Amino acid sequence: MPTAVKKTGFYALVVFIVLFSVFPFYYAILTSLKSGTALFRINYIPVDFSLANYTNVLTNGVFPLNILNSVIVAVTVVVISLFLAVTAAYALSRINFRGRGLLLLTILAVSMFPQIAVLAGLFEMVRWMGLYNSLFSLIFAYMIFTLPFTVWVLTTFMRDLPVEIEEAAIVDGASPFVIVMKIFLPLMWPALVTTGLLAFIAAWNEFLFALTFVANNDTRTVPVAIALLSGASEQEIPWGTIMAASVIVTVPLIVLVLIFQRKIVSGLTAGGVKG
Amino acid sequence: MTNVTIGAPPTDKAMAAEKRPATRSKLSRQRLRSAWIFLTPMLIVLALVAGWPLVETIYYSFTNASLSNIAGAEWVGLRNYYEYVDYGDGEGEYFGLFFDSQWWNAVWNTVYYSAISVSIETVLGLVFALVLNAEFKGRSFVRAAVLIPWAIPTIVSAKMWAWMMNDQFGILNDMLMTVGLISAPVAWTANPDTAMWAVIIVDVWKTTPFMALLILAGLQMVPGDVYEAAKIDGIHPVEVFWKVTLPLIRPAILVAVIFRALDALRVFDLIYVLTPNNTDTKTMSVFAQENLFQFDKFAYGSAASTFLFLVIAMITLLYIKVAKLDLGGGR
Repeated sequence: MPTAVKKTGFYALVVFIVLFSVFPFYYAILTSLKSGTALFRINYIPVDFSLANYTNVLTNGVFPLNILNSVIVAVTVVVISLFLAVTAAYALSRINFRGRGLLLLTILAVSMFPQIAVLAGLFEMVRWMGLYNSLFSLIFAYMIFTLPFTVWVLTTFMRDLPVEIEEAAIVDGASPFVIVMKIFLPLMWPALVTTGLLAFIAAWNEFLFALTFVANNDTRTVPVAIALLSGASEQEIPWGTIMAASVIVTVPLIVLVLIFQRKIVSGLTAGGVKG
Repeated sequence: MTNVTIGAPPTDKAMAAEKRPATRSKLSRQRLRSAWIFLTPMLIVLALVAGWPLVETIYYSFTNASLSNIAGAEWVGLRNYYEYVDYGDGEGEYFGLFFDSQWWNAVWNTVYYSAISVSIETVLGLVFALVLNAEFKGRSFVRAAVLIPWAIPTIVSAKMWAWMMNDQFGILNDMLMTVGLISAPVAWTANPDTAMWAVIIVDVWKTTPFMALLILAGLQMVPGDVYEAAKIDGIHPVEVFWKVTLPLIRPAILVAVIFRALDALRVFDLIYVLTPNNTDTKTMSVFAQENLFQFDKFAYGSAASTFLFLVIAMITLLYIKVAKLDLGGGR
């Protein structure tokens, strides 16, 4: 095959990959900028630039509150799981004790739990604790997928750090807690940023628990709010508003992901986290 | 974080000093104690959020719990799974999850969806990974573009595609009609023949990047001199791919496939939003959720959840065996 043909074929494939990946979101942005009957004209390039859908979703109803709820839940989940995971990862990676293999196995197994398997039990527990309809129920429940993952990735990261870095501190008689805080934490911020971001995305996107444990419009998180966005009548699905809401909650994620691209890829491959 | 094998086993060189008998003293006892102090909070949270609820779900599957009366649930044995009701005249009927055709329909849907979407994602992910592994202008741009579907929340992608697949105003029908692949608009998400394919298309779009990244990590582990040697020997690139590259990245692909399969088997949100109340796409998770919270058959839904858990547990065990995880910490 002549090189020119090969090269063209290769670049055609590249163009296909880019279009395949980007087009649906591009089209969502396009739709979000249309108002009224413009929605029902199909365009491939932007022709309408109306912000009506954005003002609509941000001023009418409780959507801003839903965004705030999602931020509160996701940030709290990240902070708690990172705090619990750093110390646990230190113990799992730097201290040799009996039963460590079994513990790691358990943590790995929990990370593969289907959410539906704990849904019934968790629902009863949430009700019993009086957390039904409150954001605390979600903060609590989300630990099931953020904690095993953060522990696992941080353990992998810590174990790769050289022995020497803590030897001097051990000789000096520093306690394990001081060692974690003073020696490991400063070295670990890249890993913390990666795992924190992945945990944030997972919490931000979660749907099943959010649908089940919260039944109040004011306390809903963004994914459920978008899923339940409806128009004035049953038949009239407000596509423009839905797309505007979708763009609002997705753009920050995309920006974060593009900024931390390399770190995320390494974190994903180290932790094998689900998408 | 240069480590690319998923679930790399935590081994520890750090322990070398501690293993010497001379130092196995006060110091190591102190470290041992703090290890458990460090682990306890995490273990308590995991027990509360995963262990106990799982036990409860399994327990409810053997009771007659209903949504309004969970606390007063009574033990009914296997009745949610299997029950024979004798009508007294020599006739009788079987009831329970094992005899529920809707449940087996959901099982079939789940298996069908998982098998097809994971297969397509693997092949497409491999193609993406090979492209991203090649050197070309604008590679970092393509790599960034590929990450976008992964970053988009599942609910948002479901809605985006629902709009693109709209039967009257959807751009997908417009595209396919312009190209001439279809002659009349298709109601992708409502038509029984296409509903499952609509779900698969969205899933493939959303998770191929993840697959590609995992396979790419495997590709980057292949040492460059392997290709050098093949080139010097004049072996055709296609042959190099089949005989050299593929065997070398097979472990990475296998692990990625199992991860994706586990994920696909528990699918809920995509189907719940893209094709609501559609028996053609209803999966095991959707079936369980419906029974738990919409049909007031809490115990029955728990039985379905338990069944799904067992399936996933078996595949997880398989994964741990296949990936040969070294969890003993070096030995």
